[in-house]
Amino acid sequence: MIDYERVISRRAREIKPSGIRRFFDIAGTMEGVISLGVGEPDFRTPYRVRKAGIRSLELANTRYTANRGLESLRREIASYNKRRYKIDYDPASEVLVTVGGSEAIDIVLRAIINPGDEVIIPTPSYVCYEPMTSLAGGAAVSVNTRLEDGFKLTAEQLRAAISERTKALILPYPSNPTGAILDLADIEAIRDVLSGTDIIVIADEIYAELTFGREHISVASIPDMRERTVVVSGFSKAFSMTGWRLGYALGPEPLIREITKIHQYAIMCAPTTSQHAAIEALRSCDGDVLEMVREYDMRRRLMVKGFNDLGLECLEPRGAFYAFPSIKSTGLTSEEFCERLLYSKKVALVPGVAFGESGEGYVRASYCYSLMHIKEALRRIREFLSEL
Amino acid sequence: MNKDLLKLLESSARMSCEDMACALGTSRDEVERELGELERSGVIRGYKAIIDGDAIDGEAVSAIIELKVTPKAGLGFEDVAERIASYPYVESVSLMSGVCDLLVTVRGKSFKEVCTFVAEELAVIDGVTSTATQFIMKKYKEYGVPLFGDADDGRGRISL
Ligand SMILES: Cc1ncc(COP(=O)(O)O)c(C=O)c1O
Repeated sequence: MIDYERVISRRAREIKPSGIRRFFDIAGTMEGVISLGVGEPDFRTPYRVRKAGIRSLELANTRYTANRGLESLRREIASYNKRRYKIDYDPASEVLVTVGGSEAIDIVLRAIINPGDEVIIPTPSYVCYEPMTSLAGGAAVSVNTRLEDGFKLTAEQLRAAISERTKALILPYPSNPTGAILDLADIEAIRDVLSGTDIIVIADEIYAELTFGREHISVASIPDMRERTVVVSGFSKAFSMTGWRLGYALGPEPLIREITKIHQYAIMCAPTTSQHAAIEALRSCDGDVLEMVREYDMRRRLMVKGFNDLGLECLEPRGAFYAFPSIKSTGLTSEEFCERLLYSKKVALVPGVAFGESGEGYVRASYCYSLMHIKEALRRIREFLSEL
Repeated sequence: MNKDLLKLLESSARMSCEDMACALGTSRDEVERELGELERSGVIRGYKAIIDGDAIDGEAVSAIIELKVTPKAGLGFEDVAERIASYPYVESVSLMSGVCDLLVTVRGKSFKEVCTFVAEELAVIDGVTSTATQFIMKKYKEYGVPLFGDADDGRGRISL
């Protein structure tokens, strides 16, 4: 009989299983649950985008594309990013179309990490950076961002985390789960710390379109940052296209060239139908995105006020679609809070600890849900708190 | 604010003024003032639930009736349209371009009731020259809301 324990690679084995797997399993199977737990939009992919996908199938555009992605899509990506975020990339050599932002994060890390290289990851943050770093042979160095700092990485924290082995810094803003975004001064302060080093910044800007009150500022748009930055973005969040599995990486040619090599062998090319649909998304969906942002904004206001009224301190999220209220006043751990809430009131939230140790004491609530749904969830949470 | 408020009402008319104010980033007083004005001026004519009639009353039937009408001097179609609109069976009346003049939707307890209404009330109205009645067999969408499928949108409970 095969001893699978011995078959599995050390690196795969060492990936920490999410500590809250059990909680997820319960939440997934319980009847009558109302959830604020998902990280994907409730909106449908805009009609025109779906139509463009269907049209491409009717025309039998079902072959592999160029490894880097359709040339027409790369051109569209370049002009979209120039128009919206004032960053300029050559579609021929500095744009790579990937299977979601997820693949981009993976292969950027694999393209730059040597064994033992360190990658600085501000937390609480999206869950893939650390395991992907480890799989690439690197060491994740997490930096605990704080509520007092608006969950933003500060220059001092960054300076303290840098060692001679630091290869890269992840800048995951707008942030899942905290909703933090970086202001110009924040990015400039980070730039000043990095100045003179060879540290590469992986800017996960997948929520770029979803900011409130002001436009997103791309890390790569700041002078001197472009040369060290790979921007990761995609279609999942802004265009409500999670299942299409499409994203991209933008960066200096010498980096994109090597990243593309990995993509070529691992993936060949991103899904062709999705690429055709994505062209339409970039060309004609500004209005749809604006509508979605407006709707998210209403939900955001309702949810943030809701939590604060309940006595669960909640910073105003300025991007993405999550609120990250503190539950410290209850004296429960985030996992206890979520599990008890789930059992007694059937509301599913995500324990903050799922996003790193610094997420302890918080819970993530997504507002990818209708206003009435959010209202009902808040009502149940109020009941839950009154019975504690 | 006016347009945003109307949009919000179209999707969530049951929200309290306070919640609407919060969602719109304004004050409750402001929402109440706007609502009052929209109601007084007739922009908002009422608030109602979107009910799937088939789900509660399987026997009821609806029909769409195309009417040809001879317009009256000085009144055009107004007089006839308003008369038809006054029947409780009638759910909507619209003036149309194209082959028919008025399009009327009617809801009754039974097939027979609707037939009787058309034959004995609508068809004999002065100025109505013909009726063409089409019964609705099944409704799939009402007021922009699909009446099929379940509420589950295919997303799981939790994803990071
Ligand atoms: C911060 C962040 N980056 C990347 C991703 C991956 O998105 P995708 O692979 O669908 O583009 C997610 C998804 O939740 C995310 O929250």
